[in-house]
Amino acid sequence: MAITTEPVTINLGPQHPSTHGVFRLRVTFDGEEVVDVEPVFGYLHRGTEKLAESRSYVQIVTLTDRLDYTASMSNNLAYVRAVEKLAGIEVPERAMYLRVITAELQRIASHLMATGFLLNDLGAFATPLMYCFRERERILDMFEMLCGARITLSYMRPGGVFQDAPAEFWPALDTFLVETPGYLDDLENLITGNEIVLARTRGVGILGDELAIATSVTGPMLRASGVQWDLRKADPYEVYDRLEFDIPIGVAGDTFDRYLVRILEMRESLKIIEQCVDQIPRGPIKPDLPFNLRPPEGDAYAAVEGPKGELGFYLVSDRGIAPYRCKIRAPSFINLTPLKEMVVGWKVGDLIVIFGSVDVVLGEVDR
Amino acid sequence: MTRALDAGEVARRINEVRAGAVVVSNDTDVWVKLDALVEVANFLKDTPDLDFAFLTAVTAVDYIEYFELVYQLLSMRRNHSIVVKMRVFGREAPVVPSLVDLWPGADLQEREIWDLMGIKFDKHPNLKRILLWEGFPGHPLRKDYLG
Repeated sequence: MAITTEPVTINLGPQHPSTHGVFRLRVTFDGEEVVDVEPVFGYLHRGTEKLAESRSYVQIVTLTDRLDYTASMSNNLAYVRAVEKLAGIEVPERAMYLRVITAELQRIASHLMATGFLLNDLGAFATPLMYCFRERERILDMFEMLCGARITLSYMRPGGVFQDAPAEFWPALDTFLVETPGYLDDLENLITGNEIVLARTRGVGILGDELAIATSVTGPMLRASGVQWDLRKADPYEVYDRLEFDIPIGVAGDTFDRYLVRILEMRESLKIIEQCVDQIPRGPIKPDLPFNLRPPEGDAYAAVEGPKGELGFYLVSDRGIAPYRCKIRAPSFINLTPLKEMVVGWKVGDLIVIFGSVDVVLGEVDR
Repeated sequence: MTRALDAGEVARRINEVRAGAVVVSNDTDVWVKLDALVEVANFLKDTPDLDFAFLTAVTAVDYIEYFELVYQLLSMRRNHSIVVKMRVFGREAPVVPSLVDLWPGADLQEREIWDLMGIKFDKHPNLKRILLWEGFPGHPLRKDYLG
């Protein structure tokens, strides 16, 4: 008698299948193979876009901290840039350099978390994650010097930053810049050549370049698929056009390439910060602005290359003290569009790893 | 630097392909007619020197008299961009054509607009609520929504 099996639909979640947040996947398996997947969103939906319609332009900075809570600096930067574009605010040079330094530190912190959790998803439970967190901790310490907070930073303001870096920030940054390349070498020794990591990630969860572009994927995920697109180069903002750095890209678009692109980007970020430290001029860090901004009627879209991809804010002003509309282009959310194409045909364990390599943060997916 | 295409010039070319498709344009944005959207989108995507293969974002704004949809398009190969806007009148059951066939990246974003703004996308393959649950009363991003 032939033995037949039927597809089984089960829920992974509602927590992140690998514990980054609250997320649910309805997965249909045939045996151990994924035949269908349907993401279920919304468990962390707080209505950020609606809340923004009743907050003043400066207050909204605090809402942006809570989108991608592993990259508050990048969120702050994307938002204040949209406000500056809408209201035509000039930013002092020193503030622009401080913003680039902090945004790049944030990129390193976010990529460290992505790498640590990817290893967690691979079954290397907690140890590699703690190595990553140890380094991330040093970045958070520096953020604490800047603004007193570690996660929900609210460091940036329309027109500049909240305050200049205190004296103890610069030696801490110098030490970090000296020591981190060696740390990244150690991390790579542990992971990049590791036979188990290679077996589990090479050729797994491939996202082709055409599909990546068609599905509006951005960030390290797009670049891992071989598309050299980075807003810092393609549409330079702040002072990125004065800095020298490369855009690492992948070849295969698989899970391993997504990991490697992040490691290489961290090294580029260190290069960027070093140049900023050399170039940063003295001067004011914030212009005098009224407490409540009333930008002229109209709309503006500004985006930055966040750690997850293109993070953009589309603001509409009706001359009120709060925006008429505040739309957030969240990279984590849009990067999930091709999830089904990436995971169908792979096994349960691979599904978790592929999902981990997308690197989403649910605060940003659900907003 | 991503170049924002001269919207007046793009509007002229769209009108050559389909007369009257563009209602109005300013420096950076073109406003198109609802019934011409799919044709305009095809033209923008498939014309080699425009080459808008990447849909950055889809947004809807509630201006009370009408809803405005905002499509931000980008060509990575040529590094230029354009903003296409479209007005939809009527609050009861607004329907606009879905662009998922052209840009699969619109999938989740159109579902989000249906969920939060209450605009239906005709021929969307899976138009369900996304952030809120089925049966949630109303569409919270509308200006007349009273929680």
